Amino acid sequence: MKVLVAVKRVVDYKVQIRVKSDNSGVETQNVKMSVNPPDENAIEEAVKLKEQGLASETIAVSIGDEKSQDVLRTSMAMGVDRSILVKTQNTLEPLAVAKTLMKLIEKEKPDLVLMGKQAIDDDSNQTGQILSALLNWPQGCFISNLKIEGNKVSISREIDEGIENLETSLPAVLTCDLRLNTPRFASLPNIMKAKKKPLDIIDIDSLGIDTTPRIKTLKVIEPPKRKAGVMVSDVKELVKKLKYEAKVI
Amino acid sequence: MAVLVIAEHDNSNLKSSTLNTITAAKKLSDDIHLIILGSNIEELANKSKVVHLLSKVITCDNEKLKNFLPELSAPLISNLAENYSHILAPASTFGKNLLPRVSALLDITQISDVIDIVSNDTFVRPIYAGNAISQVQTNQKINLLTIRPTSFEKSEDSGGDASIEEISFVDTDLKTIFINREVSKSDRPELGNAKIVVSGGRGLENSDNFKLLYELADKLNAAVGASRAAVDSGYIGNEYQVGQTGKMVAPELYIAVGISGAIQHLAGMKESKVIVAINKDLEAPIFNVADYGLSSDLFQAIPEIIKELDLLNQIES
Repeated sequence: MKVLVAVKRVVDYKVQIRVKSDNSGVETQNVKMSVNPPDENAIEEAVKLKEQGLASETIAVSIGDEKSQDVLRTSMAMGVDRSILVKTQNTLEPLAVAKTLMKLIEKEKPDLVLMGKQAIDDDSNQTGQILSALLNWPQGCFISNLKIEGNKVSISREIDEGIENLETSLPAVLTCDLRLNTPRFASLPNIMKAKKKPLDIIDIDSLGIDTTPRIKTLKVIEPPKRKAGVMVSDVKELVKKLKYEAKVI
Repeated sequence: MAVLVIAEHDNSNLKSSTLNTITAAKKLSDDIHLIILGSNIEELANKSKVVHLLSKVITCDNEKLKNFLPELSAPLISNLAENYSHILAPASTFGKNLLPRVSALLDITQISDVIDIVSNDTFVRPIYAGNAISQVQTNQKINLLTIRPTSFEKSEDSGGDASIEEISFVDTDLKTIFINREVSKSDRPELGNAKIVVSGGRGLENSDNFKLLYELADKLNAAVGASRAAVDSGYIGNEYQVGQTGKMVAPELYIAVGISGAIQHLAGMKESKVIVAINKDLEAPIFNVADYGLSSDLFQAIPEIIKELDLLNQIES
């Protein structure tokens, strides 16, 4: 079984983001960037499948500028065998990302595609679902448990009501929830080893797909700030305020 | 042109998220159609036709649609798409699972998690866990939107008189088998819909201590929520998680107990009208968004609050 993992480079989840003063977007220059957190779960799961002898090869793919090589190096330091960067200066919409991945899938022919359930920058939560529909492969979104036996895939999905259990078959597209596993830290020797692993760079134009944006961002603004509140001294005061001042109980 | 709303339901009742989405649709058109895909939904269709604002209810009733598998639903929706200017679904796990597939079939970029509709082609959505708000415009011939339920009021579920139209089921070569859903039963209000939410974090220390929160919630007729830390630690099920990757809530009153207030948690609750934070760590970021902060040991504070509420009830009765 060959596993392909899609990885996005995003502003680190601990960074307090800043909206650009011209309201054109969010500041990403001189900001710590990392692997999109649920994509790390996808990487971890792929590496686990390899360790369990279920996966024969694992490939990480990222789409972005030159700098996206660093998230691919991280993926390989975590244990992924090799990686591919599809180079573009543009920000791609989920539909274009899925079409790009589809081109690579036609070439690499993986049996399983894993990725995070959403990217924490644009929070779209679409790419896996779109890819599954384009490929006409089974879709498993927001998974927190995965078991593969032969061609059979058993998954648990985190849904608003609780957990949904499904059974499907390979090839499939699965999107990972943060609770799927605990991503490992890359050890120093593995970081060194990752530097020697293959990283192919291809230009997005060579794939012959239309990635023209369909959506125009008019402006990006800061959310309205909440007014500073008050500290109450004890429970009696709190309950009184809720009852007579805020009138919410 | 008409607007299509995809119903989220359990084959017997509409979920409240559907009613919020219908209100959003009203901003786009007066001709709103609701599509219900499910199994044994005749009664549900009859209940839905009286929902305020609807002009037509479209149903597709088939045993295979019982468990809402998106591989089956998406083509049924995309087949109808050309009749509509906009297709809307709630931004719940149901809508998130389904609408991007419709987007793929129609080759149209979907706009996720819309919190405001400026005009028929301009929409507002949060990005970066709500730390920035993006206004976007599109000139695609059909607009696909998921709607954040807490950003729109619920439409009335009575007073309407829509027609019902049944469409025939078209089968899809499906490789997926539905096994089951593990759903916890609770008499408390639905988390996404409750007037009061009492949420617990890692400060609760274990699942047993969550009983204290349940007791407080029941006194207030509140829903219970949790931070990701509490869910990850196994104190409570994933369906209770509030935050960027969990549920979005915007109740009248949100009480955060033993929650530090990571950006990802704030993303899910900072639209609440009144926020109370109870935490012994005075430096916890949750206090920055709280209207009322109480720096105290929750194991003392919660029983005291319950006692005070009992006293209030006595005075009133």
